[in-house]
Parts: sequence; C-alpha cells; structure tokens
Amino acid sequence: MKPRVGVLALQGGFAAHAAILQRLGVRVDEIRTAEQLAAVDALVMPGGESTAMSMLLERSGLLEPLAERLDGGMGVLGTCAGMILLAAEVVDGRADQHCLGLVDITVRRNAYGTQIESFEADIGVGGFETPFHAVFIRAPVVERVGPGVEVLARHEGRPVLCRSGPATVAAFHPELSGDRRLHARFLADL
Amino acid sequence: MASMSGTSSSDAAATGATATGTALVKRGLAEMLKGGVIMDVVTPEHARIAEDAGAVSVMALERVPSDIRAHGGVSRMSDPEMIQGIQAAVSIPVMAKARIGHFAEAQILQALGVDYVDESEVLTPADEAHHIDKWAFTAPFVCGATNLGEALRRISEGACMIRSKGEAGTGNIVEAVRHLRSIVGDMRRIAAAGDEAELFEWAKQLRAPLPLVQEIANVGWLPVPLFCAGGIATPADASLVMQLGAEAAFVGSGIFKSSNPPKMASAIVEAVTHYRDPEILAKISSGLGEAMAGLETADLTTKMSERGW
Repeated sequence: MKPRVGVLALQGGFAAHAAILQRLGVRVDEIRTAEQLAAVDALVMPGGESTAMSMLLERSGLLEPLAERLDGGMGVLGTCAGMILLAAEVVDGRADQHCLGLVDITVRRNAYGTQIESFEADIGVGGFETPFHAVFIRAPVVERVGPGVEVLARHEGRPVLCRSGPATVAAFHPELSGDRRLHARFLADL
Repeated sequence: MASMSGTSSSDAAATGATATGTALVKRGLAEMLKGGVIMDVVTPEHARIAEDAGAVSVMALERVPSDIRAHGGVSRMSDPEMIQGIQAAVSIPVMAKARIGHFAEAQILQALGVDYVDESEVLTPADEAHHIDKWAFTAPFVCGATNLGEALRRISEGACMIRSKGEAGTGNIVEAVRHLRSIVGDMRRIAAAGDEAELFEWAKQLRAPLPLVQEIANVGWLPVPLFCAGGIATPADASLVMQLGAEAAFVGSGIFKSSNPPKMASAIVEAVTHYRDPEILAKISSGLGEAMAGLETADLTTKMSERGW
C-alpha cells in the first residue's frame, strides 16, 4: 500500500513539497495539528523560518507528538529549516529554539549570509547518475557530522545532504528546482 | 510546482557554476515566507518583539503607515543606521522600503544587505511614470498591486513577490479584500478562457505582457507568490485574506498600534497558520485587548493604493 505522507504546514515552503509528492502519486496531507500528524506514515519538514516554526510547533501542541513519532522511527525528510529543527545542535539560533535532536549534526543558521548570498548550483548526490540542481536560500551550514550520519552530497566541501536512519536532511531546497529524484528516493526508502 | 514555472534556473544548470540573484533564488525566499507574517517595525526593540512572536520577517521603516498618514510630509527610505540596528537585533530576514521609482534608494538598501526591497506606495513616489528596473538587482523585490494588470506589470519589471496593496495605516480590511478578489478572480477567469484570442484581449485590457497572461492561463496563478498587505488588524482579518487566496500576510500598524502588541503579534501569526480552523481562531482571538483604531476609507484625503502605474 502506498504511504500517506504529511507535509508540516505551520509555515514555509510546504506547498512546493506537496505538489511534488502528489505528482509522485502519494496521498499528501497538510499537517497543522496533532490529530493530523497521527494519521500519516511519514513526514516532510519544509524550509521556512526555523524560529517561527519552532514556536508554532509548541503553540500548536505538536512538539511532543512529533518527538514521539520521530522516536518511533517515522520516516522524515527535512529541508533547510526542517534540517535545523531535526539537528542535535544549532549555532546562531534563538535561545528558546527547539532541537528535535534526531540527526547527530551541528548546523549554523544563515551561515552564508543574507539573501544576496543565496545561490543555486549543481551538486553530485551519491547514487544519482547526473548532478542535482540545488537551490540554497539563506541556507544553514553543517559544521559537524556525528558517527552514524552518512553524507550523501557536499557543496564546496561542506555536507549539504545527510542521512541518519529514517531521517534525510538537506541544507538546500529539492522542492524548488523541479527535480523529483530526492523525493522519489525518500518515498522508496519508507 | 506552479509558481516556479517559467523560471529560468539560469546558466548554473549548464555550467555547474554557482549563481546568485537568479529569479529562482529570489522567488525561493518568497516561497519560504509563505504561511507567515511579515511585521512593520520602527526600532530594534519592535523587531525583537516581532521575532519573539514568530514573525517570519520584519519590514524596517521610519514610521508605521498610520503615523505617516497622521504626520504627512514626504516619506522616504529609512535611515541606514536604523536598518542596521534592526538587522543586528534579529536573525530573521529584514526587508526595507524604497520609494516608487527611486532606484538609488534601492541600491543603498541592497548595499546594506537587506533580504527584500519593497518598492512601496506607502512612501511618497519619486517617479510618476517609471518603476525601478528590478532585474538589475541581486536583491529581490516585492511590489504592491490593486489588480492583476498592475501585478503583471510589476512582475515584468522583475518583482519576485506581489502583495495586494489594501489601504495601509487604516486598520480597515475592505480595500485589501477588494484588491485580492480582483486579482484572484481575474486569474480564475483567465484560466477559464476559451481560446488564445481571449488571452490577447485580456492582455490588452490588463495592460500586461501577453506571455504572463498565457502563463496564468496555463498554471492558474501568478509566477510569483501573492501575499496580502494593508489593513490587517485582527486574527480574523488574517484568516479572511488567507481564505481569499493570500499566501502570507504583511501587518503594519495593526500590531504596534494595538493595545498589546506582543499578544496581537502572536495571535496573528497563529491565525495565518490555522486560518481554516474557526475553533482555533476563536481561542486565539480571545482577550487580545484593543485592536488599532480604524479609519473609514471614504474619509481619507490620501489613498496610498492609487500610487503606482
């Protein structure tokens, strides 16, 4: 049976993720409450503002149910802000920002600078035959990768795509360049 | 995804090189602000209150629109020192306003590293015929629009985000509703057009480039995100404009002219997220204190939304 995939829709680039997943033929639910989260098999955590998303997770009563589902091994794809929320440690975040700690990496927020430094570039991804076109928007930088975390892609030597158990995290936005391969791989691995 | 169609992914795809300031990169930040609230702030302290409440971005300006209305005079780009103070105070994106057509102000804002430039009718226009050539900048631009033709003219000049104008500084949602209904309604009618000849006629009527009209016919939406500004004063206002098709909300005077700005700011953030859930909206709308005092638009001597060509 095809999995039912949720896209966390508190804020950010959720619509672009949902459109790609729908084209790949799965049922997609927008997730804003704990009841909605309970109904899905896997979750995409999109880009956006990690500080705002962290607050909305807490105020919407999603923080604990989400942590429980992640502890239970739910498949999750986190991009940009989603990567920040799933990391073990965040540098240059707000003091009250929540870390779900599922992926043993340290990330620095906005490490490339302001929007003027945002960029697009081709990157090589392990297992893909041709380069993946990656869009980096005020992107975080992975400064430390713990044992048990596999680096699947780098840009200028920095890890930008990592996998740890059921979690895949990207510093860039695979939902913006029209290439569905990362989402297809995420679904195939569920 | 629909709103990214027609976007060149630049030469980077062909060369493997790193490219900044492309349409995809500029529109990408607007994608990330969707479902969020961008708040007008005039001091670093205001900016911190906005970030604490869950704003996705702040708009740095010297006076909120209701004060611009009250004080009159020429309204210009903010003092760079004030913008830098706000950039230092928060970690979320910082936007700032330039006058319509004032490309020198926009150049200064880009040099300051602001994340989005708003070529805004809230400031006094600097040019009565020309808007800024926004393609010439690495920084992305947002522009206001009262109807679809105006939105498409701004996009053809390089705007990467459109906000319906509403009537800033009034706390009255009626103009925002008029503009959103006009923009979204015309997109729906174009998507239902019978043949190409109808699209030629739409382009003439809207005074808009034909390729952009054809793109709307194909995908049903603007090639950039559509946000709403001008008159949002309560969580219910935010829910209303989101249900009418806005993808995020700009809130100006509505927060810092209310009786309890931190509380109102948090409530509007939650209202934009949960805009389709009336039970949650009822809870977050309770006990907020006074919303800003509103103005009847028929009584206005200056309609800011009429600025822009």
